[in-house]
Amino acid sequence: MTKAAKLIRVTYLGLLILALIAPMLGLYPVFVMKLLCFALFACAFNLLLGFTGLLSFGHAAFFGSAAYVTGWLIKSQHFTPELGLLAGALASGLIGLVVGAVAIRRQGIYFAMITLAIAQMVYFVCLQVPFTGGEDGLQGVPRGALFGLISLESDTAMYYLVVAIFVASFLAITRIVSSPFGQVLKMIRENEPRAISLGYQVDRYKLLAFVLSAALAGLAGSLKTLVMGFATLSDVHWSMSGEVILMTLLGGVGTFFGPAFGAGIVIALQNMLADKVGSWVTVIIGVIFVLCVLAFRKGIVGELQAYLRRRQR
Amino acid sequence: MKLNALVAAMAITLAAAASAQVANTGAVKIGFITDMSSLYADIDGPAGGEMIKWAVADFGGKVLGRPIEVLTADHQNKADVASSKAREWMDKDNLAMLVGGTSSGTALAMAKVAAEKKRPFISIGAGSARLTNEDCTAYTVHYAYDTVALAKVAGSALVKAGNKNWFFLTADYAFGYSLEGDASAVVKANGGTVAGAVRHPLNASDFSSFLLQAQSSKAQILGLANAGGDFTNAMKAAKEFGINKTMKIAGLLVFINDVHSLGLANTEGLQLADSWYWNQDDASRAFAKRFFDKYKRQPSSLQAADYSAATTYLKAVQAAGTTDGDKVMETLKATPSNDFYTKGKIRADGRMIHDMYLFEVKSAKESTGPWDYYKLVSKVPGDQAFTTVADSKCSLLKK
Repeated sequence: MTKAAKLIRVTYLGLLILALIAPMLGLYPVFVMKLLCFALFACAFNLLLGFTGLLSFGHAAFFGSAAYVTGWLIKSQHFTPELGLLAGALASGLIGLVVGAVAIRRQGIYFAMITLAIAQMVYFVCLQVPFTGGEDGLQGVPRGALFGLISLESDTAMYYLVVAIFVASFLAITRIVSSPFGQVLKMIRENEPRAISLGYQVDRYKLLAFVLSAALAGLAGSLKTLVMGFATLSDVHWSMSGEVILMTLLGGVGTFFGPAFGAGIVIALQNMLADKVGSWVTVIIGVIFVLCVLAFRKGIVGELQAYLRRRQR
Repeated sequence: MKLNALVAAMAITLAAAASAQVANTGAVKIGFITDMSSLYADIDGPAGGEMIKWAVADFGGKVLGRPIEVLTADHQNKADVASSKAREWMDKDNLAMLVGGTSSGTALAMAKVAAEKKRPFISIGAGSARLTNEDCTAYTVHYAYDTVALAKVAGSALVKAGNKNWFFLTADYAFGYSLEGDASAVVKANGGTVAGAVRHPLNASDFSSFLLQAQSSKAQILGLANAGGDFTNAMKAAKEFGINKTMKIAGLLVFINDVHSLGLANTEGLQLADSWYWNQDDASRAFAKRFFDKYKRQPSSLQAADYSAATTYLKAVQAAGTTDGDKVMETLKATPSNDFYTKGKIRADGRMIHDMYLFEVKSAKESTGPWDYYKLVSKVPGDQAFTTVADSKCSLLKK
């Protein structure tokens, strides 16, 4: 096990180095930043689906509302980027608290339906309130200067900030999951009545997991606004909630790196195919999803893990 | 866990690397981002992109000894898609100039990116007059028409014909707001009143509840502040509800494709403003014939403007001797253009000032066949049709 742990560490180190030198390899930094934002979003979602066993169908509400809050604060209230990001994550955490408090009272499909319903309300609010710009979205959000010192206007500076935030959040998620708190979450996922019988207040655990997931999803949305300079209705639309589920399932639900990997595949496919096949992208991604569900249910990273485990035996 | 993570990293890198194309091959790249597949695809769309390619080919395919390349993309009427595509092209492909197609929300988003990257941005299909008014930038050119011109030309003609009490059905985004606002101003300036307005989502599928609200307003005239597929669907729905019996319906932005799809029986007598009509003179007819031979329909004013704008830009690059954004913009604004589409001049705020026309749709009896739809009512000189220097809030205009 120590050998395995060592190898995991080496792999992550390799990934980190790769992320750090990516712009020098000629990768388009804005694309990699977008990818990392969605990877963070999928990882945050996975905290809830993969490790707590709760399928939320409304995570776009957290992603999108944080994107709007950050965009508005930076553009109209002249917040610095770090405060904008923090406020965005905080706002989505608060929305998560409200949504979670209502949703965790039910299980399974009803839980999913409640999250979807509330997310639709959030969508409607974002469409109607004046500061979001309705259909046009919130445009031209300046990146500003980090702590008022380091200008983020250059893509390179912005890139390393995004990498740093992604790595920190990813570590936070692994820490949460490996902590005693994370063990309780996994227990709830495996057998909720058992957890109750052992004296755990499962609702509190679920709620906290929900809030953490919402706040991290919000951080991803805020970061995306900062990178791209806009927040639009696409961010809060229910199809975004569907997309993050797809990313997570495709990469491997319940694995640490799977969702990030799934996000990479989906974003790269959308980016590469958009010009060539137009609206057929949705169909192609749909087919991949069907194949994934039929042929490799654990997702790509999940299947790889299972394969390696079989070989070790 | 270790190996799979490594494989994962590799796969992501490869996927990303595959999407990153080699930039700057020496070609002068012109980008065109518009609605290629949805409600505005007929009036601009893929054919609009083809017009830019025609303009490039007719120019000789080369400028300053460098080949010219045209990139096109579909923004699906989403501002985020348009803005990220524009940014990507400018960063990765060193795009020299961007032509913006239909939908004002996307145009406003692209104009911001273009200004940040200092590249000329020529907006054609988008209507919102904000592009060269409160949101003007040093790099935006608004080439074909705008909501102020539509309101001043078509709106005022309608009010003067005795239609005083208006209700608006408005597309719920930048273009709709601008058109409703500009038209309301014209109606009030001409002694009319506005009873109210109702907003419908872009690309709406069901107009019934909006039309019932319009009907209960008891206004005399229903102004449709929408365009393309939304306009034709609203017209059809209004007819099904019999609203055309109690109210007069006026389209504020009507393209020839819309008239064609609705038919003369439904549009006869409609007065509309446009920047160009295929049958207006010999040069236009020659262009239209070429278009017709390929597409079996007549070009809209936007498609003609796409061709004209690309040519105007290439001439400016030739004259300036560089593709540098600032220098090309300077040349563009200094040189009057004269081609089949327009005889006009780009003002300091980026507004192309040229004549606008008020047309009336012919009756089936007057029309000699398909696409013979308009008769000219009046020609409005550019300085009267568009926002005047005195009314503009754009800081680029010296007053």
